[in-house]
Amino acid sequence: MKKLTGIFAFLCLLYVLILAFTDQEAWGSNNFNLTKRIGIYGISCLGAGLLIVTGGVDLSIGSVICFCAAIFSWLVVDHHVPIPAAIVVVLLSGALIGAVNGFLVTYLGLQAFVVTLCGLFAFRGAARWILNDEIPRIAAPIADWSAFFNGSFLSISIFLWLLLGLFVAGSIFLHFTIHGRYFFAIGSNERAARYSGINVDFYKILAYVLCSFFAAIAALMDVFSISSVQASSTGNFMELYAIAGAVLGGCSLRGGEGITVGMLIGTAILCLLRNLIQMAEIKDSLEPVVIGVALLVCAIIDESLRRGLSWRDLLSAPQQLWERWTRG
Amino acid sequence: MPPHLCATGIDKAFPGVRALQNVQLEIQSGEVLAVVGENGAGKSTLMKILAGVYQPDAGTVEMDQRPIVVRSVKEAEHLGIVLIHQELNLAGDLDIAGNIFLGREPTWGGLLKLIDQRRLHDNAAKIANRLGLTIPSRTLVHQLSLGQQQLVEIARAISLQSRLLILDEPTSSLTETETARLFSVLKELKTQGISILYISHRLKEVEIIADRVVVLRDGKNAGELRRGEINHRALVQLMVGRELKQFFQRQHQAKTPLARTGIEVKDLRWLPAQPGITFTIEPGEIVGMAGLMGAGRTELAQTLFGVRRKLTGAVTIDGKPIAVRKPADAIAAGIFLIPEDRRIEGLILTDSVKHNISIASLPALSRFGFLQRSREERLAEAMCERFMVRTPGIGQMVGNLSGGNQQKVVLAKWLSRTPKLLILDEPTRGIDVGAKSEIYALMDDLAHQGAGILMISSDLEEILGISDRVLVMHAGTLAGSLHRAELTEEAIMHLATGGESRT
Ligand SMILES: Nc1ncnc2c1ncn2[C@@H]1O[C@H](COP(=O)(O)OP(=O)(O)OP(=O)(O)O)[C@@H](O)[C@H]1O
Ligand SMILES: [Mg+2]
Repeated sequence: MKKLTGIFAFLCLLYVLILAFTDQEAWGSNNFNLTKRIGIYGISCLGAGLLIVTGGVDLSIGSVICFCAAIFSWLVVDHHVPIPAAIVVVLLSGALIGAVNGFLVTYLGLQAFVVTLCGLFAFRGAARWILNDEIPRIAAPIADWSAFFNGSFLSISIFLWLLLGLFVAGSIFLHFTIHGRYFFAIGSNERAARYSGINVDFYKILAYVLCSFFAAIAALMDVFSISSVQASSTGNFMELYAIAGAVLGGCSLRGGEGITVGMLIGTAILCLLRNLIQMAEIKDSLEPVVIGVALLVCAIIDESLRRGLSWRDLLSAPQQLWERWTRG
Repeated sequence: MPPHLCATGIDKAFPGVRALQNVQLEIQSGEVLAVVGENGAGKSTLMKILAGVYQPDAGTVEMDQRPIVVRSVKEAEHLGIVLIHQELNLAGDLDIAGNIFLGREPTWGGLLKLIDQRRLHDNAAKIANRLGLTIPSRTLVHQLSLGQQQLVEIARAISLQSRLLILDEPTSSLTETETARLFSVLKELKTQGISILYISHRLKEVEIIADRVVVLRDGKNAGELRRGEINHRALVQLMVGRELKQFFQRQHQAKTPLARTGIEVKDLRWLPAQPGITFTIEPGEIVGMAGLMGAGRTELAQTLFGVRRKLTGAVTIDGKPIAVRKPADAIAAGIFLIPEDRRIEGLILTDSVKHNISIASLPALSRFGFLQRSREERLAEAMCERFMVRTPGIGQMVGNLSGGNQQKVVLAKWLSRTPKLLILDEPTRGIDVGAKSEIYALMDDLAHQGAGILMISSDLEEILGISDRVLVMHAGTLAGSLHRAELTEEAIMHLATGGESRT
């Protein structure tokens, strides 16, 4: 809790800074773009977060997003498949990819890191192959859908509504059902969970399915948002943003820890940081540096809080470290 | 003679718990001082303070009449104080020798510090042999049974050449033979002037080995007994402050078999070159399972429970064959297992008491998959009360409980429901006398309700006390079965060490 208030305060600070750096007329449009971004990133972060709670990890999210987007454009542009059918196919492929990952991790006992690292390569390659290294124009066939998704309802972007819907569902699942409790149990001590009669393999596979399924949703949102797919850039680094958002929000990569509100705030922080960098006209290339440093600082603070230090101890820590260092 | 080590006025509090209040303790050179007390009395906390794991809130420690402040385990080891923790601390991926000499490996090659494997293994084998641990010193520790791991830990402590050796429940997974061997080593150390602090819930051991006993109750000194005064009754009186009722109650002796046939296990094997294991457990029967360390008792339990894959064999309950591929199947069929290693298999240490108690019963505590937290809390409260779990609240993290109280939480997790077959693997490991008699009463009660009970134990006294029948395992096979009338310590040991079955 202490930590959640901490990162929430940080989020508010970022937002105030953004407002300070933006012209007043541009506030509205900037807010709108931000919420779209948060929608897409938040959904993939939610999937990654659920998986991380069970002690798993998925490095293939970004490539899966690209792959799903490629399938979508291939169906819609090359084969004139009706859009609702294409959406269903994409979502099912996402779930299937997750099921395969989960199967490899549970039944074959492979390491999640390795399995999804393979996916990271393979799905990106598959996307390039499907797209033939071209940039298909899919704007025309999906124009109506794009217009809807790029719109807003009650002056909140549809993307954010989607995220909020999935967030509520995910929160109820993770924090109020016994299945969510099993996720935590498996992440904390898989053996004890098995000995307690939990069907560990099933729940682990379920977590991978959810993660890739959410990635597929994010892929569709991305397509509707920018009306194009590019094998070399769509979904780039999304897995890292997803994992980073979850970790910022309090998930432990050791498993067994995490809270959905935290994932939401974590994602929002990442998106706001990016936005701030653009608005403050800091060099674009410095963005990854800023994000890396922010994550590191958060990790240090998190670990210190875990060891029972208070915020006040933290603030005086650098000085103490310096003193100890200079004394030898 | 002035005391070798003397601690006075020790206080220690944890959030919500006053673990120690104004505790005194002194020990002479070459003395074996036993420290006993109920679960959560503060024994381990006191030992951890002496060994530099915790800092006391108040109080002083003197060694050889000079005040000492032990800030870390390293400092303690410099002073010659070595603690063997109640919960094992070994590097599972290193071999036996590597663990015994971890951080003190003999080296060669000057600054290169290459490990001198020959000397390492020779030295390790020497110490291990003294304790009767005859397994090759290149065996990885995670392949060893809990009891063997405990011996490795003891070997490590002995190799440290300490002046004060603290053993926190060293024998909780050792069988009688290994315990006897440990005692002869301790006696030898004693003649070298080494002081030994010995903690155990097995009061018989205390009677044998202790020169003096200090009793703790609720974090305070409750009394002291000298050599001549040590006996079971006096110890219990001081520990719990009252006399216990009949220890091994078997009120409801196994009745004539009901209509049900109970559990039949036929030709069960989990290793290729293993003779099949066949036995039955009738409803209402308490069957003890004895055997030496590594005889395959835990493996048998794991196979029945579906953690370990079986190669051949059939299990039937009341005549119905059951297929067990994973623990969930076993539980659905009514087979529960209380596992041997509570920290790895039994508990989620970083989670709360209440979540740990409810984890195996969640479907019954939910509606349409939604958890009903108030019912979960009521269950946890009720079970904590029934098992007298000493905790500041059901929200406490299980890892913060004392060892014995952790074990009670494992029991509480399973015993809110009635099984058809309950397998208990060393259920009273680390549990105090009061709680032990509670557990026996509970087993008795479950048996009365028609459950079959299989209790694996290394404590012969307990096996003899509670069982209707005893199965003895030796080297992966069933060596024999003894009925109540033919139960003696000798008969069990005869079978357990590979003697021919006399029946
Ligand atoms: N790290 C900790 N945080 C909070 N409470 C603790 C911690 N360690 C111990 N306690 C509490 O202090 C009390 C004393 O615990 P301790 O482990 O010393 O008992 P013990 O006498 O060794 O019991 P047992 O026989 O069960 O091992 C217990 O109530 C326990 O819950
Ligand atoms: Mg203890």
